[in-house]
Amino acid sequence: MSTVYADPMRPGREMKSGPGRRSSPLSWRWTDRLALAFAWIAGIGLCLIAAAIVIYMGVRGVQYLRPSLLGSRPEVSLTQSGTGGFLDPILGTMILTAIGLVLATPLAVASALWVAEYGRPTWLARVVESSIEVVAGTPDIVIALFGLALFQLHLLAPFSSVSEGGGVYGRSFLAAGAMMSLIALPPIFTATRDGLEAVPAHMREAAYALGKTRIATIRRVLLPSVRSNMATGVTLGVSRIIGDTAIVVLLLGQTLRIETEGSNPVLGLLKGTGSTLTSYVYDNSPAGEGAAPQKAYAAAVVLLLLVLGLNLIVGRIGRSQADSMGMNIGAGIV
Amino acid sequence: MLERLRHPWPDNRAERTLGAVALLIAVGVVAMVVFVGVHAWPIFQHNGLGWLGPAPKGTSIEEQFQTMQATSLNPPPSAYTLNAWPLVYGTLLCTIPAVLIGITVAILSSIFIVELAPARLRRIVIPVIRLLASVPSVVYGLIGILVLVPFVGNHLISPAEKVSVQNTVELTGAGVLVAIVIITVRITPIMVALICEALVSVPNSWREGAIALGVNPVRAILAVSLRAARPAIVAAAVLATARALGEAIMISMVSGSRSFAPRFSDGITALFEPFRTLASTIVDYHEGLAAPALGSALYAFALLLLFSALVLSVSGYLIKLPLRKYQVRG
Repeated sequence: MSTVYADPMRPGREMKSGPGRRSSPLSWRWTDRLALAFAWIAGIGLCLIAAAIVIYMGVRGVQYLRPSLLGSRPEVSLTQSGTGGFLDPILGTMILTAIGLVLATPLAVASALWVAEYGRPTWLARVVESSIEVVAGTPDIVIALFGLALFQLHLLAPFSSVSEGGGVYGRSFLAAGAMMSLIALPPIFTATRDGLEAVPAHMREAAYALGKTRIATIRRVLLPSVRSNMATGVTLGVSRIIGDTAIVVLLLGQTLRIETEGSNPVLGLLKGTGSTLTSYVYDNSPAGEGAAPQKAYAAAVVLLLLVLGLNLIVGRIGRSQADSMGMNIGAGIV
Repeated sequence: MLERLRHPWPDNRAERTLGAVALLIAVGVVAMVVFVGVHAWPIFQHNGLGWLGPAPKGTSIEEQFQTMQATSLNPPPSAYTLNAWPLVYGTLLCTIPAVLIGITVAILSSIFIVELAPARLRRIVIPVIRLLASVPSVVYGLIGILVLVPFVGNHLISPAEKVSVQNTVELTGAGVLVAIVIITVRITPIMVALICEALVSVPNSWREGAIALGVNPVRAILAVSLRAARPAIVAAAVLATARALGEAIMISMVSGSRSFAPRFSDGITALFEPFRTLASTIVDYHEGLAAPALGSALYAFALLLLFSALVLSVSGYLIKLPLRKYQVRG
């Protein structure tokens, strides 16, 4: 180890790189060179794996995804070609997303408003924030089991079907949608709260100076200015709902088609059972019963396209935000 | 009615309404813990904390599940016997290596993406990473079961290895190795996204200051940027661990779904042996939830997962406390 390298930590050693010139990596300490090499290897490796996954799914999509699949309903069949398309799973995904958002958005926005704008007593605000963190950290399978326990209560029997023996089935679009709202809650809450905290104080003060009450300020000043944050949160919530499998498998009844319950079309749909794209992928993989890998690939590609679209929306909202500095790439992963 | 809503609310009523909605969430979380706890209680009642222990010789957890499932609506106390150590072991076996590999790769590649990569590459890589971080886990599971499992089963496992353990377990390819790979691929983009965000928000002047003092750029990144990003790294690791622990469907697809505890005494073959995690067991047996004993066991697993998620987030918070001195975000 007698090579001379630039080392500012040891005075007396000559610095090789003069002023204004970049030092060449060859003159660095070997640990730094190793770190540099590993960073390049890991980075390029990650890029390659990412490219491989995207290209592989793209190829599978071109191979197996047909427009007719999107418009036809699933059938029970022994051959892969006879199993129909996945119209019902797509509708199921949409219905669940709608239910989840309708329940989650008001809850999340109201509590974000309370935490950011009122938040008295402070300990209670901390409790609310911590419980949302707990929800964010809870595995979806646990939320699904909680939902099953909740909706199998006799009190909540109207939300699903009741079997002959009097047992409550506990599985329905409403049950799954309610649990989906728990999954969508944390991103909407976090985005709204962070947006509210970023609103400069002088905007509130100006409203108060004009004689507005706090709630009027919230409605006329704050909510309009955090609209894009809310949109980001909602979009992230949607992608969480779309991507969730465990809740669907446990709480949606796992019927191939959407089966309504009772005579009322709307209520019957909400109380009925069905499937979503994620559970369709799971069921048609070798792990499920269907074993129709081509259909599973096609549905997975549709899922990927949906997620891609949502990502583009988030990116567009993020760019249009006035404070769009930095790359903001981790936005809402938590 | 609508007319009343349109009038401005008195402030205190608005505060109370919003506060009540916020409290509803806290109540919901308490309800979740209570519900899961109540359903898990019979297992604790009959086994104490002993259900986390290894099974006595000659019995397997799969037989215990079968006993639980076979009993009627009023199971005898003996049906509640549970020794779930293989599942806990399986969970640790796939989570710990995946998180360790993932965090290393994530830190290094975040440095690459933020500091080293050419701008043109960066503009492509960042959206792709963001996409991969939000891809549904069932898609990774599908790739795992249709691509990786057959590959490992046909090419990596030698016939001799299959024969060597054929008396205890059948090797198909689904097992520890594929599960670790898939979990790593699942959680690394999430960590990269979080760490990149923190690295980007480190003020340029900090790093430039270090370089001006004569340190080479790599050392400046390691000593200044990475140090400032430490809270984000901890947060990323905690989040990734929570995701890995709770990943149910995906692992159930690629783990071979046998409640087997891979034995290190088998040498390298242990990597190919099937296993189960706590979460994937819930998925595998969810159709038996109606059987009281089995249902209670599954709720006990859920309670354990809930508890570990809590411990994780609290310990993440505690680790971050002393690191906040130089933090930029997170």
